[in-house]
Amino acid sequence: MADMTAAIEIQGLHKSFGDVEVLRGIDFTVAPGEVVCVVGPSGSGKSTLLRCVNLLEEPTSGTVTVGGVDMTDPDIDLDAMRRRIGMVFQQFNLFPHLNVLDNLTIAQRRVLGRGREEAGRIARENLAKVGLADREDSFPSQLSGGQQQRVAIARALSMGPGLMLFDEPTSALDPELVGDVLGVMRTLADEGMTMMVVTHEMGFARDVADRVVFMDGGRVVEEGAPEDVLARPEHPRTQAFLARVLHPNAVQPEA
Amino acid sequence: MTTLITGKDREETAGRPRMSPRRRRRISRGVQYAVFVVAVVVVGALADWQQLQEQFLDLSVAQRLFPELITVALLNTVVYTLTGFGVGLVLGLVVALMRLSSVAPYRWLAMAYIEFFRGLPALLIFIFVGVGVPLAFPGIVFPGETYGQVACALGLVSAAYMAETIRAGIQAVPRGQLEAARTLGMSHATAMRSIVIPQAFRIIVPPLTNEMVLLFKDSSLVLFLGVTLQQRELTKFGRDLASTTANTTPIFVAGLCYLLVTVPLGYLVRRLEARHAQAR
Ligand SMILES: Nc1ncnc2c1ncn2[C@@H]1O[C@H](COP(=O)(O)OP(=O)(O)OP(=O)(O)O)[C@@H](O)[C@H]1O
Ligand SMILES: [Mg+2]
Repeated sequence: MADMTAAIEIQGLHKSFGDVEVLRGIDFTVAPGEVVCVVGPSGSGKSTLLRCVNLLEEPTSGTVTVGGVDMTDPDIDLDAMRRRIGMVFQQFNLFPHLNVLDNLTIAQRRVLGRGREEAGRIARENLAKVGLADREDSFPSQLSGGQQQRVAIARALSMGPGLMLFDEPTSALDPELVGDVLGVMRTLADEGMTMMVVTHEMGFARDVADRVVFMDGGRVVEEGAPEDVLARPEHPRTQAFLARVLHPNAVQPEA
Repeated sequence: MTTLITGKDREETAGRPRMSPRRRRRISRGVQYAVFVVAVVVVGALADWQQLQEQFLDLSVAQRLFPELITVALLNTVVYTLTGFGVGLVLGLVVALMRLSSVAPYRWLAMAYIEFFRGLPALLIFIFVGVGVPLAFPGIVFPGETYGQVACALGLVSAAYMAETIRAGIQAVPRGQLEAARTLGMSHATAMRSIVIPQAFRIIVPPLTNEMVLLFKDSSLVLFLGVTLQQRELTKFGRDLASTTANTTPIFVAGLCYLLVTVPLGYLVRRLEARHAQAR
């Protein structure tokens, strides 16, 4: 049954902050089990789009349905919906006053009502999955950025989400730590997790994504299989963006 | 160095050698020390040491203060301070949350509270709680009577200051913390309670400790409520004994008791602030 409905379905999505229209009509679906990478220049509205999916930002107009449930319907239990949507932030946003294990158990216990034993067991499973089984007593400040981001992923997974949103999960990391985080995400994708990933990691998009969406100026400019969008982009704006990202040192022709 | 000297400067240095800034600073420092020493000597020579010792450090009088000085006066000061602080903290948290509420009337009410109680002398609040309230509501009994009144008066005053401190602390917690908590499915209330407020309190431990120092001193305003012998705190105790012994020593000793508590607390605040600055 769940396989019939789209994991995410966005229709006619507009979002304005005051007078600034950041999203100008987005239509977009993500199928269950699909990995979609969203790429595009800074300020194009990628984060805003992602944050509209779990309603961290309220759409100005349009609908966002997740697993067949209209997120913009004021009568739905938003907190219950968000439990099923994991989110990973660029800045990790771990809880600095809690150790790693408590970071992973606090929502399980307060929100899902799991007991200490069960929450701890699930937390440890997920820590092992991201390769940090030995760090459960550490505090976030004692971990490297890459480790913090993997803890953040494990924290989201501990809620048993059916869908994961990633907002530039490796952009705040030192280059040598990026690989560990991408590796964890790759494993997740291989296990069949539905994922929507905003990223500048074109290698990851090429290898892991089922589909790549290029956004610019609050619109989806181009989308398709990564080998098409990334290797043979049709739209000039996609071409210009990819040229900048893939060859940052190349001299740009004068506009 | 020399290359920095302009032509005009060089002329001056050559013609009339001016004092170097370092030399000038040394002389200035010497003058300041000299003034200090002279002041100490003059005060020392003018003071009537005999009289001072009799009035402030009469050991036989000081001996008579014990043990009540500690078992009654200091203990009561501490009890008044802690209960006042407790009431102030709870009330302050409520006012701070109202101040941050999305419901406008709550914000107005919180602002009015803060402006009102910050704008009045604490003494006036004491008189109001101690005299005004019992007159206005003849049947009213504060829990713990005087203790309840003092906790209430100190709490009302300190809540206004603490509310602003707590609000600033809550706002200092990065927005991403609340968002991460909400993303995990926590309600706003749960996210505030288990994620935001605990972090806010870490940030505001130093200013709250400062507030406790202020309360510790403000508890002396109990003087203006009618208190029994067993309810006296340091200031009232010192004053009463000063008049029965016709000697200032009890006041001096009571003052020392305040410093015994406030100086270490102040030191603690500086330590906490330094540690906090380091952790940033
Ligand atoms: N809360 C907000 N209030 C006002 N303007 C906002 C807000 N959030 C985002 N914007 C604006 O919306 C535009 C799109 O922002 P968004 O963060 O979605 O872009 P992005 O594609 O994620 O960019 P980046 O790659 O830099 O993260 C930007 O111009 C930004 O200034
Ligand atoms: Mg962004």
